[in-house]
Formats: sequence, C-alpha cells, structure tokens
Amino acid sequence: MMLETVIPIAYALVALAFLLSFWRLIQGPDAPDRILALDTLYVNTIALLVLLGIHLGSAIYFEAALLIAMMGFVGTVALCKYLLRGDIIE
Amino acid sequence: MIDILLSLLILTGAIFTLIGSLGLARLRDFYTRLHGPTKATTLGVGCLLIASAVHFSVREEGVSLHEVLVTLFLFITAPVSAHLLAKAALHLKVKSLAALPAQDTSTAPDPALQRDPAD
Amino acid sequence: MRRLLPHPLLSLSLALLWLLLVNEFSAGALVLGALLGWLIPFATSRFWPERIRIRHTGVLLRFLGVFFIDIVRGSFLVAWLILKGPKRLRPAFVEVPLALKTDLAIGLLANTISLTPGTVSANLSADKRTLIVHTLDTGDAAALVAEIKQRYETPLKQVFEEENA
Repeated sequence: MMLETVIPIAYALVALAFLLSFWRLIQGPDAPDRILALDTLYVNTIALLVLLGIHLGSAIYFEAALLIAMMGFVGTVALCKYLLRGDIIE
Repeated sequence: MIDILLSLLILTGAIFTLIGSLGLARLRDFYTRLHGPTKATTLGVGCLLIASAVHFSVREEGVSLHEVLVTLFLFITAPVSAHLLAKAALHLKVKSLAALPAQDTSTAPDPALQRDPAD
Repeated sequence: MRRLLPHPLLSLSLALLWLLLVNEFSAGALVLGALLGWLIPFATSRFWPERIRIRHTGVLLRFLGVFFIDIVRGSFLVAWLILKGPKRLRPAFVEVPLALKTDLAIGLLANTISLTPGTVSANLSADKRTLIVHTLDTGDAAALVAEIKQRYETPLKQVFEEENA
C-alpha cells in the first residue's frame, strides 16, 4: 500500500522540521525569535498528531490537535503582549 | 486512486512544514524568518488536515469535516500571531536587514510602559 | 427582532461551528447548535456594538477566490525564496496608506496581507491610517502598494464599507 510508505517519510520530514525549529529556539538570538520558534513547534506538533491519526486510524488525536492549536495561539499572543507591554492582563 | 491523492497531500504537507522550519532556521533576520512559519507551515499543516479529512471520510461511515475546523483556526490565527510578533519585534527594535520604519511615536504614550519598573 | 437576534451572521457561523465540532449532522446536534448560535450572541451582544453588513456578495465571493489562490501562490513563492537561500533576498518595510475605516475591514486586510505572497503586516499606526508591511523580496515598493490596494483593499471596501449599494 502506498500510504504505508509515504507516512514514514512524512514522519521523518516533520521530525526534521522539529529539529530545525528547536535549533532556532535554543539559538535565539532575541526573544521574538524564540517565541516564533515556539509557535512553529506548536504547529509542527499539530502536523505530527494529524499524521499519527491517519497512521493509526484513530480520530482521537484530532481533539489533542485542536487543543494544541488553541493553547498555542493563546500562548503566543500572551508572550507577545508581555513583550509589548511588560504585562499580560491590564 | 484515493490512495494516490492522500499520499500526494501528505507528502506536500510534510514538505511545506519542513520548508517553513527551514526558513526559520536558515534566514538571517527576525522579520524574514517570520515569513516561513506563517505561510509555508500553515499551508503544510492545512494539506495534512485535508488529507486527514479525506482519509476518515473514505474509511469510516459518514463525512468527517471537523479537520476543517482546525484548518480554519490555523489560517485565522497564523497571521494574527505573525502581526503581533512583528509588532513586538519592532517595539524592541530587533535588528533587521531592511531599514526599520520610522518609529511610530503614537504608540509611545502608553501608560503601561511608563510605569516605574520598581513597583 | 433586532433585540432577539442581534447578529444573524454570527449566529449562523456559531451553529455551523458547533456542527463541525461534534462532527455529525443529527437533529440533536442541529438543535443544540441553533440554541448556542442564538444564546451566545444574545448574551455577549455588548461586545459587538456594530452589526456587520455585507454588501456585494459577488465581490466577496470573487475576493475569497483570489484569496485562496494567493494563499497557495504565496506559500509556493515563500518556499522557493527560502530554498533559493538568504543571500538573494531583498527585504523591505513598506508603508501602505489605508482607505479603509472600520476595524473589521482593516483587520481582514492585515490578515489577508500576511497570508498572501511575500508580505507580513507588521504594525498599524495609532491613527489607523497606515499599515506597515514587511516584504521578503521586493524590487518595486510602489508597485507592491498599488497591488495590495487594488487586489485586496478595493473589494474589502466595497463589501464592508460602501454605504449606498
């Protein structure tokens, strides 16, 4: 089956994407860079969960992907707000 | 037939996800790095989600459309976080390859910024 | 009618959102979705003082078509620029003067700019007159501004701001 061969390749590509984003997270050099790297890691996680869902034939991973999408966005906005204002809740 | 379509979608999605992260790691200043994750990665994950929707609609009884929800959510939130990140970087005057725009004085009188850091 | 159903469009999208979330199309889900679609705008109507009016549905549909094509085009362009290497990029900040007035239209324009080829909106001046846009690779800034205004701003203005349609 074709999917059986494609999915491991896709896993490898997404894993590489993880490593590159992680490198940027460690490397920096500025706070916005790190936040951007974190945001990218969230989106990569969604990609990985969706792939897992297709691979294992289970729709349960979808809920996790949805939650990570929401929490990731809220986290990014909160961190940006902190950089802009020095405060999150005004 | 469906298998070929699915494989194509999954591969395109994974490649775009990788290219987005590659841009994040490879480009030289913050503002150019911002472009990779907002566009390439978003489309990549969008492709994967569509593949998932097709897969579950074919395999199981009934249509599975809730992946559309995550796709929509990502396409709405990605530009918002990119805008906020760029705004934060401009505020912090992160160094840039392009000439920074003239500082917007109108954002200066912000009460939250003028608070004494000691209190 | 206005008091009971303050935002019909919001209600409709909330009901649709609920149906997508439970991922089934049954009578129960439909009833609950309709209930939520009515209750949430009703309870939060103070947050939405203005009622959204959409004029020129045809223009809106054509704009959506252009938007989706440009998302794909933009992603391919950015992917290509990333693969080509950072040395040949010509990044720049460009100021786009805005003809739009309402917050909704400006927000939509900023989001559209961020998702379409080579540009990310970076800052909105406090008087809401200019939008600062960062482009990844540009030769001619004036042409880019003209393209943004003609391709995205004009239809958005027609759809959300034109008074006597």
